[in-house]
Amino acid sequence: MGRLYDKLSADVRYREGLRACIHCGTCTAICPAAEFYNYDPRKIVNIVQNKDEDRIEDLLKSETIWYCGECMSCVTRCPRDNAPGLVIIALRSLSQDEGYFTESEKGRQQLALKRTIGEWILKYGYCVYPRHLSFELHPEAGPVWKWEQENLDDVFERLGGNLDGKGPGILRKIPDESLDELKRIFDLTGATERFEKIEKASAEKAAEMGLEDSEYFVKIYNENSGEHS
Amino acid sequence: MIYEGKKRIWKDYQKEIPSDQYFYVRSCIRQNFFPGSEVTFLRIMRDELGKVIYETEFHTSCSGIGYHTDIVPMETTMTVVARQFALMTEAGYENYAASCITSFGLYCEILETWKHFPELEQKIRKNLKEATGREFKKPKYVAHASDIIYKVRNEIAARGKYRLVNRHTGKPLRVVEHIGCHYAKMFPHKGVGGAEYPYVLAGMVESWGGEVVDYPERRHCCGFGFRQYLVRANRGYSIANTHKKFESMAPFKPDMIITNCPGCPYFLDRWQYTIAEMEDKTYGENGYGIPVFTYEEVAGMILGYNPWDLGLQVHQVSAEPLLDKIGIPYDPAAKYKGLNNKDIDKPGKPTYMKTVP
Ligand code: SF4
Ligand code: SF4
Repeated sequence: MGRLYDKLSADVRYREGLRACIHCGTCTAICPAAEFYNYDPRKIVNIVQNKDEDRIEDLLKSETIWYCGECMSCVTRCPRDNAPGLVIIALRSLSQDEGYFTESEKGRQQLALKRTIGEWILKYGYCVYPRHLSFELHPEAGPVWKWEQENLDDVFERLGGNLDGKGPGILRKIPDESLDELKRIFDLTGATERFEKIEKASAEKAAEMGLEDSEYFVKIYNENSGEHS
Repeated sequence: MIYEGKKRIWKDYQKEIPSDQYFYVRSCIRQNFFPGSEVTFLRIMRDELGKVIYETEFHTSCSGIGYHTDIVPMETTMTVVARQFALMTEAGYENYAASCITSFGLYCEILETWKHFPELEQKIRKNLKEATGREFKKPKYVAHASDIIYKVRNEIAARGKYRLVNRHTGKPLRVVEHIGCHYAKMFPHKGVGGAEYPYVLAGMVESWGGEVVDYPERRHCCGFGFRQYLVRANRGYSIANTHKKFESMAPFKPDMIITNCPGCPYFLDRWQYTIAEMEDKTYGENGYGIPVFTYEEVAGMILGYNPWDLGLQVHQVSAEPLLDKIGIPYDPAAKYKGLNNKDIDKPGKPTYMKTVP
């Protein structure tokens, strides 16, 4: 088979996620992403099932693989026990490994996710860390959350938290030796390499678009062409 | 008749849930947004029921949000999870309790994948040993924390001071339950009641005197969608899906919503505010929103814990109209106070949705 298809079929998510699709469209009918975006998981499954390299490459560069919400609602309903959501995870991994993700507006957002969630996990041991959240980036969260953010230490103290404290408990400071172990796991198992690939491909794309790093970040985090639904 | 049929199907999905001796792993999202819920879980299990729930400061994020935003590769997430299992093994436990649905779903997925690809499990064992020197046994039992509260729901009801009943009318409160996609949609047999008739929250609601509302979009996703909320440009996806659920449940006039997941109570609560700001539309009674709770918060209300110890003040939709319906007392002046009644100013008011100051 072709190079991309071979890589895809080596991914256990792909092997678990696609047996034989009968194009019934059940996944598309249940899919929350299909309702919101111009998105059809059945078509994606069809393209990869046909093993056509050119079409797989187009898919990896496309907007469409980034529309899924990974809710896995499709998994329950597929009459053939396929998991289009898992196929999507495999496609997104390959798109990043090949550096294709920067070809689409939605794919470019991976840099924003790497620099927030990804770096917080390594730095704090939490995928979300409250001192880095800001109301400016989350105006939808409402005035109570704004109050909470402005009084973080007092609110956590009142509710029995252990924000940045020693020992176990809510939002404790995770000991450095645990964070070191996490870093070694990331280095050994491919996460550090993926992070570097995301940075490198994004830097190249930013240069191509004539944008400074910070301008590029603001653009990918906020911009929506309005051509997705 | 149909109801009886459903009950029979539920029986097929009953899990043998251990009621004691758990290694407890916290949720990143819940620690950030619903800290009172994890505090309440431990208070109920340890102080109220005398169970052994062990926790360690050395566990980390399972990296699940990184995995589902596709920045963390599968092998990395599996090795991080293997490290959590190693901490459990070292502490001498076999039952693993996850406070997070994303984690719970991942644990189920990983254990299942290792069954089909044993060579992958061996590789992860090697990775973990090399990176940390640790070794692990797989848990005998993986529970979501709500499974455990479900298991003790009747004990909570027996000790309870309050019931989910409207004290003015004597009628059961009408409760919407939201399970969260990764609880049972991937591995129906791992969740109480499966994916068709999830019973984990419905069981609590019935045990505590309420009535579950069935509505068309009951099983629809809350709209988190990982990258679809976490990147600002995509948030339309998130609010559109929540909006769909509210439009579907509104005609059934629910008194409250009980949730299972870390993200779902956040979105169902906050997006009501945002929808009101955008469209001047509210879904509760008299211009308020529909109050949204975690299962621990509801358990704590039943047990008569102080609502401000549960953390109900950090919800955007005010809980007071519901507390009044049940007859749960609260001190309005203490709502936004810090520890020992410390004065820390108050939140602002939304433009349209009514809130209790
Ligand atoms: S996992 Fe993706 S493809 Fe499947 S139903 Fe959810 S959004 Fe749709
Ligand atoms: S539900 Fe399954 S069989 Fe039907 S189109 Fe989707 S993947 Fe194919």
